[in-house]
Amino acid sequence: METFLEEVNKKIHGAPLQRCYHCRKCTAGCPMAAHMEYNPNKVIKMIQNGQRDKVLNSSTIWMCLSCETCITRCPNQVDIASMMDALRQMAIQNGTVREANVLKFHESFLAGMKFGGRINEPMMMVQYKLKSGDYFSDAMLGLDMFLKGKLALLSPRTKDMKSVRNIFEKTKLR
Amino acid sequence: MKVSYYPGCSLHATGKEYDQSMKAISRALNIELKEVDDWSCCGASSAHATNFDLSIALSARNLILAEKDAMDVMVPCAACFNRFKTAEHHLKADKDLKTKIEGVVGAKYQGGIAIRNPIDILYNDIGIDTLEKKAVKPLKGLKPVSYYGCLLLRPPEVCEFENYENPFMLDKMMAAIGADVKMWSYKTDCCGGSLAISKTAIVVDMCDKLMSAAKEADANCVVTACPLCMANLDMRPSEGMKLPIFYFSELIALAMDLPGAADTFKSHIFDPRPLLTELGLI
Ligand code: SF4
Ligand code: SF4
Repeated sequence: METFLEEVNKKIHGAPLQRCYHCRKCTAGCPMAAHMEYNPNKVIKMIQNGQRDKVLNSSTIWMCLSCETCITRCPNQVDIASMMDALRQMAIQNGTVREANVLKFHESFLAGMKFGGRINEPMMMVQYKLKSGDYFSDAMLGLDMFLKGKLALLSPRTKDMKSVRNIFEKTKLR
Repeated sequence: MKVSYYPGCSLHATGKEYDQSMKAISRALNIELKEVDDWSCCGASSAHATNFDLSIALSARNLILAEKDAMDVMVPCAACFNRFKTAEHHLKADKDLKTKIEGVVGAKYQGGIAIRNPIDILYNDIGIDTLEKKAVKPLKGLKPVSYYGCLLLRPPEVCEFENYENPFMLDKMMAAIGADVKMWSYKTDCCGGSLAISKTAIVVDMCDKLMSAAKEADANCVVTACPLCMANLDMRPSEGMKLPIFYFSELIALAMDLPGAADTFKSHIFDPRPLLTELGLI
């Protein structure tokens, strides 16, 4: 049977995680480490230990900003940012998403794209608010942006929407 | 010179100042822009954070469309630039993935055009000397710190930009147009943009930290090349912490005294006009 480590390695499209010698340089430079349940290098250790459920249930993977400071500084080219992407994807497939609103934001964004090929920001925000139930934060900011013409209500759409929807269809997670 | 132009979604909405000023300075510097036909969103962080194949395919669709014009493609948005460079990196390194993605998109990817951010084009093709000569209205009294953020630079093997821990192209360009650029050590720190909507409180702290570091460096504004950083730093810092934030292209347009150069300032959330008026720049 495939170990959790092998499963993750297959999905990160880069150096395998066993290259990590736990120097913690990634964690030292990570802007979100203080807000994470487990530090970035601790996640690697947990994967090596086969702690699949704990990792896929953790909020850490949703707190990562994809700033790629970790991979940039790692002496062994361990791509923690890609690892976080792979783990989020696995958590979605596993049905164990700890930070529901982060995923709801991504879903609203992608739904907007499936609709018009390009992101229509006000529509995306309305979608997110409906999904998350967080109706009131940023309302004043939204009004200010609208008055300044920053939120275009009618952004032009991609014409060949068939090709865009096809991409979504063919890459659907199973 | 002539290049393809991929504006991306931000430049049509929250980042419209970047689009307007980039087009204006390109015209004035004889860079002809041809918009990529029927482009679609690059997928940004929402695609790669949740589905690898989707993220590569969405970028590949646009790269393939850009290839039809057989010119380098200028990508002003740092996020789109990062996604395109990432797709290019994986498509060139992994033949099986390339075949799979071509199947998904329904077209062949050649990999023959360069993906370029305008900072690189202005610095390397147009040159600092030209910028200096064209700056008929030097930005005297403006004291920016340059802020590159994450997406132009990291990871370095993918982005192939410049000195990824201490980049300087923006600093030199701003100095060439007469600004008194301040040094600081936060040029490449993350502003938290990707979680601004779902984890706002944490991101406000990150923005405040950047703003206080900029003030400590004696800056009176921040200059950036990323619409996500721009939106985040323009909107999120706490009251009293804010500084005017500019796209580098807006400042170049202003220094070149291009018609309408001051028009983009009115749509900033934190109004930069009081500072520019005080300095006699508008
Ligand atoms: S920097 Fe690299 S080697 Fe060091 S702990 Fe992090 S992942 Fe492991
Ligand atoms: S990419 Fe994620 S894990 Fe890596 S430094 Fe940034 S926030 Fe931390």
